[in-house]
Amino acid sequence: MKISIQKYYYGDFGGEEKASGEEIKKTTEETAWPLWEIFIRSKQGLDHKHAGSLHAADAAMAMQNARDVYTRRQEGVSLWVVESKYIHASNPDEAGEMYEPAVDKVYRHPTFYEIPDEVGHM
Amino acid sequence: MQIHDLEKTFQEKIDKEIKIEPKDWMPDAYRKTNVRQISQHAHSEVVGMLPEGNWISRAPSLKRKAILIAKVQDEAGHGLYLYSAAETLGTSREQMIDDLHSGKAKYSSIFNYPTLTWADMGAVGWLVDGAAILNQVMLCRTSYGPYARANVRICKEESFHQRQGFETLMVLANGTPEQKAMCQDAINRWWWPALMMFGPKDSESTNNDQSMKWKIKRKTNDELRQQFIDMAVQQVKVLGMTLPDDKLVWNEDRKHYDFGEINWDEFWSVVKGNGQCNKQRLDARKKAHEEGAWVREAAVAYAKKKAARLLTKVA
Ligand SMILES: [Fe+2]
Ligand SMILES: [Fe+2]
Repeated sequence: MKISIQKYYYGDFGGEEKASGEEIKKTTEETAWPLWEIFIRSKQGLDHKHAGSLHAADAAMAMQNARDVYTRRQEGVSLWVVESKYIHASNPDEAGEMYEPAVDKVYRHPTFYEIPDEVGHM
Repeated sequence: MQIHDLEKTFQEKIDKEIKIEPKDWMPDAYRKTNVRQISQHAHSEVVGMLPEGNWISRAPSLKRKAILIAKVQDEAGHGLYLYSAAETLGTSREQMIDDLHSGKAKYSSIFNYPTLTWADMGAVGWLVDGAAILNQVMLCRTSYGPYARANVRICKEESFHQRQGFETLMVLANGTPEQKAMCQDAINRWWWPALMMFGPKDSESTNNDQSMKWKIKRKTNDELRQQFIDMAVQQVKVLGMTLPDDKLVWNEDRKHYDFGEINWDEFWSVVKGNGQCNKQRLDARKKAHEEGAWVREAAVAYAKKKAARLLTKVA
């Protein structure tokens, strides 16, 4: 399928011709910092929640950068940083087999059971 | 599954407002368009720090200086959220930055205009951030999940940017005759470039609306621009200033303000690299990147050394 998008929407400034500039020295892989995922506990008593990611040379730097980028407005009281390569994700193509077994187990939900009103809240 | 079926399922998801996530199947063109758009959005945030950074050391008070630093720092953060979103599509940070520096990737042309007076800090906040906010509010509902989430985060921070700009102008508008003149001058210079930020007129584009069909974009350039104008016309009254367009008049049939013709020659000329500051902006970016190279290298070397030391300790 070949679709060309030349609509030049706001925010899409086209990619065909060069704007300006000349040859540049390519950034080398050796100086590239690994990617880290950042999790924030927004307040005491709540779970850590994924906030985003960033690059850093090591965990200490990831922590410092996460503080500067993701908690400038008191968004958190605790941070986790995890190097992205250690996260294993389920495959969306297998979502069917993976989650389908839960579909027909309605008896796992409290609403499945008919209990007289006299019993009160249960 | 056949490609054709995959595309059909993909479009059905989009139509049902189900977000697309990084590992989901997507058409190549969808991926490419998103990479291009998100990385250019990121570049705009990063280059956008330059015209304002220009005034940090010359802010009129410690309070204004602290505010400006905080705003510029936010823009760096926006750049980072967006680069991260683009990286989920398989491009690398290094590649994107190289593309910016080589001129292959563009950024918003608005940042190729110079910031001449302190009043420009007000006009940029009010008009430039104001225009960007309309786009970003729309993008909170874009179909690619990581891009939508980045925009939610960005929008939370943007309203302070616009408000501090407007307030800066308000102070000048209530000041001495010179300050008032400075305020009006900044509005005059930034008004038309701000309208150009929304891109060419809808009627200019002959190609298909794939970006709309895929819900990457959800409003057309003209819709966003009109929304912006209708708001600004009201806001400028509060300042007691005027907008530099004598064709601005309420249209009862359309229920919108009519406005004068935008100088599209100027628009395309700046896009093609002939703006007042194109070269200056790119040079500043490249200089910062090159002069920071030793820091990046040293950090990697230090991290490796520390990891190695840890290994020997364990052994
Ligand atoms: Fe921003
Ligand atoms: Fe902003």
